[in-house]
Amino acid sequence: MRGSRPGMMNLSMASTSRPKLVTTLLLLPAGLFFVFLLLVPLAVVLIFSFGERAPAGGYMPAFTLQNYMDLPARGKAFFNTLTLAPLGTLLTALFAFPMAYFLAVKVSPKWRVTLLILVMAPFWTSQLLRYYAWMMILGNKGIPGWLAMVGLDVRIINTPWAVLIGAVYGFLPLMVPPIYVSLEKLDKRLLEASADLGATPARTFWQVTLPLALPGVATGSMLVFILLMGDYILPQFLGGGKVFFIGNALVDLFLQSRNWPFGAAVSVALVAIMFVTIYVYMRFVLSKTDTRRAALV
Amino acid sequence: MTKHPDHISASKFIDELRRYQKGSVSRRHFLGVTGLGLATAVLSTAVPGLRPRKAWAGLSGTLNVTTWPNYFSQENYDNFTKQTGVPINVNVFGSNEEMLAKLQAGSTGWDVLVPTNYTISTYKNLDLIEPLDLKLFPSYDPAAQDPRFLGPGTIDGVTYAVPKDWGTTGFIVNTKATTENPTSWKEFFALAQGPLSGKATVHDYQLTTIGSAAKALGYGFNTVDKNELAEIEKLLVATKPHLFAVTSDYQPAMRNGDAAMAMCWTNDAAQLNRDMPEMSYRLGKDGGEIWVDHYAVIKGAPNREAAYAFLDFILTPDINAKEIEAHGTPTTDSRVLKLLPESILKNPILYPAADQLTALEYGAAETLTNPDRAELMARFKSA
Repeated sequence: MRGSRPGMMNLSMASTSRPKLVTTLLLLPAGLFFVFLLLVPLAVVLIFSFGERAPAGGYMPAFTLQNYMDLPARGKAFFNTLTLAPLGTLLTALFAFPMAYFLAVKVSPKWRVTLLILVMAPFWTSQLLRYYAWMMILGNKGIPGWLAMVGLDVRIINTPWAVLIGAVYGFLPLMVPPIYVSLEKLDKRLLEASADLGATPARTFWQVTLPLALPGVATGSMLVFILLMGDYILPQFLGGGKVFFIGNALVDLFLQSRNWPFGAAVSVALVAIMFVTIYVYMRFVLSKTDTRRAALV
Repeated sequence: MTKHPDHISASKFIDELRRYQKGSVSRRHFLGVTGLGLATAVLSTAVPGLRPRKAWAGLSGTLNVTTWPNYFSQENYDNFTKQTGVPINVNVFGSNEEMLAKLQAGSTGWDVLVPTNYTISTYKNLDLIEPLDLKLFPSYDPAAQDPRFLGPGTIDGVTYAVPKDWGTTGFIVNTKATTENPTSWKEFFALAQGPLSGKATVHDYQLTTIGSAAKALGYGFNTVDKNELAEIEKLLVATKPHLFAVTSDYQPAMRNGDAAMAMCWTNDAAQLNRDMPEMSYRLGKDGGEIWVDHYAVIKGAPNREAAYAFLDFILTPDINAKEIEAHGTPTTDSRVLKLLPESILKNPILYPAADQLTALEYGAAETLTNPDRAELMARFKSA
């Protein structure tokens, strides 16, 4: 390399500034993306949230706090989202953990890749199509139809249960891989040590396996939680306009009633709630994993 | 390549026809081996009607048509592509409000729009659609149109949109699922809260859901009166927990028995009734909506030539007749009426008795942009 040749002033200058230039160039696309497609739009949303609805719908510049005062009118949507999104995340994690554990610890390496691919297989079909299929499965001629034959009158579609089932089904493939990765890295000798020291398998699981897999659970949960909080299609299809999420309220405000300023205020509220929730959650998880790790060492 | 024989014997022809009918050979093989393909090609240059029209020649690109669900004949659209080489990209929407929102956001890339009567003046005022150049689609004949339906598309003597078809908003009842026999919106909402709790749906659409609830309470379909809207909100919010769904895509729920009663448009009613005779469509005695959908061309349409060619194609009476047969929405064009089979013309869903129509109202332009109605609908949905 030219830069490695000493004695030539201009070239040695280049050798120190070139990595900087390369770093800048490499970061530029992501940086521009971040600024123009995240920060600027966020600022626009914030400005819009203080505006007024134009007579034919849309945005009209103004400065009012009315949109924020109107937030309670969407209380039910916030409530639905803030209960069903965490619950859906929890359920998905409960379903995903045994699956990931099985894949990482129990399955022979020969089958591992095939099975992992199969976990992801649902993603090969359009999400819309899969939810349409669930509409049929959970509808009158699906599972409730079979239950009716044994005398049980159950309704699933367009209830919160349908949304939860859809959440577990839809987001399982996002939850399994992070947990799988953290379990796969798990040092099996720790499990042997735990057993040698007289711990029952259950105790080993709670005190060794689970804490070490926690980072994976945390990552997966965040992925699923964030997507569920902003979801629109799932409650639209399996909730049928009856289980209304903030995402649905936003679609309504931007596309139907075309009250962009109020929609912007709802978005800002959603972003604020997400930010606080995720911050608290991550702090909690990190403190847990750190103490566990410290305790283990 | 198939060999083209000079001649074909009668029995050989019949053999080939049978093979084609049974599906053993392709259409291309059949046309080639019988010489019919060549004959058609020769004939088509001699018969003017079969030749692509001048206006349709030299088209390119894609045509973007924005319309409603279950609202066109795929066969017709395929034929348009065959004749012009322009593929049609169909965008389907659930409400006029949503269409307007997309257009207000700008650069949709759409060419042809299917707006409902009450929206056209707003589109015109917002400069979103262009005044139509009637010379560019000679198949449209204003004189053949039912004059009842020509009003909304013409503003100050200028045609901004031409009628596609018309219909009504009533409700459909699955008479196998219930013995109830509602005949008014008042009864519709009472049943939805009572005997048909969990089995009824209303539209995800402010005009018809608020309008029909207004009729149930004895108000005007287009009311924007704040006190009346407050009463309507009470009725709708009280009904919400009992509804099966709030959706404009109610055919699946009606078909598989999840819902037994649904707020319903003519075309959905015709399609449901065609497949399941137990589906009974009713207009509210206390009123409701009559509507007429239009074709309009978006201002600055990326493929304006193809848009006009499309209008010329689709409004050609025999082609338009196929549209009506496919989606079951009544036509406004008397030339098309003549081509329709008796079964369609005598169908009371499509052509209700005249006295049933008198109570119905057109949607008013004001309801499209009125913030109170919009917010009422949004609150009802999030309730």
